Amino acid sequence: MTLKTFGLDQFGFLLYSLQWTILLTVIALIGGGLLGFAVALARTSQLKPVRIAAASYIQIIQGIPVLMILFLSYYGLSLAGFELPPLIAAGASMTIYASGYLAEIWQGCIQAVPKQQWEASESLAMTRLQQYRYVVLPQAMRISLPPTVGFAVQVVKNTSITSIIGFVELARAGQPINNATFQPFRVFLAVAALYFVVCYPLSQLSRLLERRLHAGSNR
Amino acid sequence: MPEVIVENVHKSFGALEVLKGVSLSVERGEVFALIGRSGSGKSTLLRCMNGLEKINSGRIEIAGHALGEDAKALRKLRTDVGIVFQSYNLFPHLTVGENIMLAPRIVKDVAKAKAREVTREVLQLVGLSEKFESYPDQLSGGQQQRVAIARSLAMRPKVMLFDEVTSALDPELTEEVLMVMEQLARDGMTMILVTHEMGFARRVATQTIFMHKGKIWEHGPSAALFANPQTPELHQFVKSDVK
Amino acid sequence: MSYTFQFGVLAQYQDQILSGIWLTIKISVLSIILGCAAGIVLASVRSIWGGAVRLLVDAYVEIIRNTPFLVQLFIVYFGLPGLGLRVGADTAALIGMTINLAAYSTEIIRAGTEAIHKSQIEAGEALGFTRFQIYRHVIIVPAIAKVYPALCSQFVLMMLASSICSAISTQELAASAAFIESQTYRSFEIYIAVTLIYLALALALRAVLALIGIWLFGRRIARKTMTALPEVQA
Ligand SMILES: Nc1ncnc2c1ncn2[C@@H]1O[C@H](COP(=O)(O)OP(=O)(O)OP(=O)(O)O)[C@@H](O)[C@H]1O
Ligand SMILES: [Mg+2]
Repeated sequence: MTLKTFGLDQFGFLLYSLQWTILLTVIALIGGGLLGFAVALARTSQLKPVRIAAASYIQIIQGIPVLMILFLSYYGLSLAGFELPPLIAAGASMTIYASGYLAEIWQGCIQAVPKQQWEASESLAMTRLQQYRYVVLPQAMRISLPPTVGFAVQVVKNTSITSIIGFVELARAGQPINNATFQPFRVFLAVAALYFVVCYPLSQLSRLLERRLHAGSNR
Repeated sequence: MPEVIVENVHKSFGALEVLKGVSLSVERGEVFALIGRSGSGKSTLLRCMNGLEKINSGRIEIAGHALGEDAKALRKLRTDVGIVFQSYNLFPHLTVGENIMLAPRIVKDVAKAKAREVTREVLQLVGLSEKFESYPDQLSGGQQQRVAIARSLAMRPKVMLFDEVTSALDPELTEEVLMVMEQLARDGMTMILVTHEMGFARRVATQTIFMHKGKIWEHGPSAALFANPQTPELHQFVKSDVK
Repeated sequence: MSYTFQFGVLAQYQDQILSGIWLTIKISVLSIILGCAAGIVLASVRSIWGGAVRLLVDAYVEIIRNTPFLVQLFIVYFGLPGLGLRVGADTAALIGMTINLAAYSTEIIRAGTEAIHKSQIEAGEALGFTRFQIYRHVIIVPAIAKVYPALCSQFVLMMLASSICSAISTQELAASAAFIESQTYRSFEIYIAVTLIYLALALALRAVLALIGIWLFGRRIARKTMTALPEVQA
């Protein structure tokens, strides 16, 4: 085998695998968003056992490494008899990971809505569901945008961990190229640069939204 | 039958007993003023009346509904009992019109056109017809409070509760809100209002209740009560207000 | 499902697990100390010197915060030797973690300094403090006290993220787990056990940090440290 150098072809391969990183991020945000939303609601429930269960879930997910979530999903799912493509295990673990953090972020946003808004809507004879739907969540959603976009950056970066179980996303794609070219510094710098190109605009967007939120009115 | 019946109501927050056996009854069309020192339990009593606070013992019946545990019955009661708070509590993400229409639409299933019509009507009543499309943060405090009153009125309540609705307002703004309330009283609304505006209580309230240490300390027709306090506590309270 | 759990096998590998725990603790504690110190220095020089230094520090912070820790590790471990710097897996892990944590610490402390009120700085000037004294007593110490809970959350996240170092063959706890798994194939038991160990380590680290917080800043801050959940992730 002739030694290749890190050139356009290799860069093209990296760019191609970036789409898997993005796909995984989208899966994590949608799956983790749905699960996290449910946990956030449970966290603000009127029933104490439900609140405690949700709080424990959040504490546990945030108290263990993402890598362990990944291994447990990977081996756990295959143990349950599923012969799995890594995408499923990767997607499942990223979903669980994201849900633990999004739940906490959104719980904070729901609780940031003043207690008086609950009382006013309750006094207007709304059901709890209606209070969430028409009064509390629309306000919480506005506050949640900056931290949610900020968290998306963490998700993009943490999808790189799925390379450890062999899921070929951007970080993993660097490895065969490195093996072929023996130019690790260049290769992984290029990988890092691609992550940066995705993450930096998101970080800036999160900041911009944050500033707009503080400057703007309550709407 | 009285529109509001409160019978021997007790309410504690933990070890602190805030209402120590309160009873009163309000006939339809009457206006009751609740006065008393800070911490005497006025807000708590008002909030018990629409179930925002749960009572420990006693009985409350309001607009024909008995206050109880059942959530559905409680909502039914609340459609007939409006409450306005010191801090307006408008929904900041909705326009004035949307604030007012929301509950009739989703709680009472009023058709959209009908809800708009009701909204126009109550806005006119509080003198804010032109603010339909404004957002709360574009309004003055007095205007926001009038919208809050309109929002309650749009539910067509039989009883209105007001908790120090002018305490956060400058004198001129206070006046415009009090005028709206006075108009409501003239139109025959049954009202219970916690207030520090003694002049207003004397003029508009048919009866005034002086609360002290979680009890109804003194109670009577407003004019007589203010003119001739029977207890040293009320005497002191009325005097300190004049200062 | 015919799989039966056998946690018993793990007992045979006690030494393996203990040495993994020990290395995890070692690289975590060292990187926390070094990263936090670097964060204080960087946040300080950035604010005192301004100009090009500020731009450089900000660029460093942004680059680190917007790239994955794993890739940072790859660059240190696989990339540096290409530049003539050969480092072992443990050293590479420590370097990577320190670089990463320094960036986050800088950012957190910077946010803290910006929340310090101008009037306090003016009060310091009025008392005749030098610029350095003002920065030290009026800005940086109160700022750190203010963001201490956020810093602690970041430290805990770094400890958890140290598991990623197993990808460059650092023999810490996650690597021990992988090794035992390859020997016994009892993958699920092992990863459950190791996950619980991480959970315990995270709780223990939080408790230690809270004690340090009490010692440094008093009770009020420490209580927040125990309850505050992380805002950002390595
Ligand atoms: N949710 C609560 N939990 C604990 N204590 C409460 C609560 N709400 C009110 N209290 C206490 O109950 C007492 C009565 O409060 P309340 O708000 O009814 O007084 P008030 O007469 O309305 O006074 P003000 O004129 O200051 O509004 C006070 O001592 C108050 O601290
Ligand atoms: Mg009150």
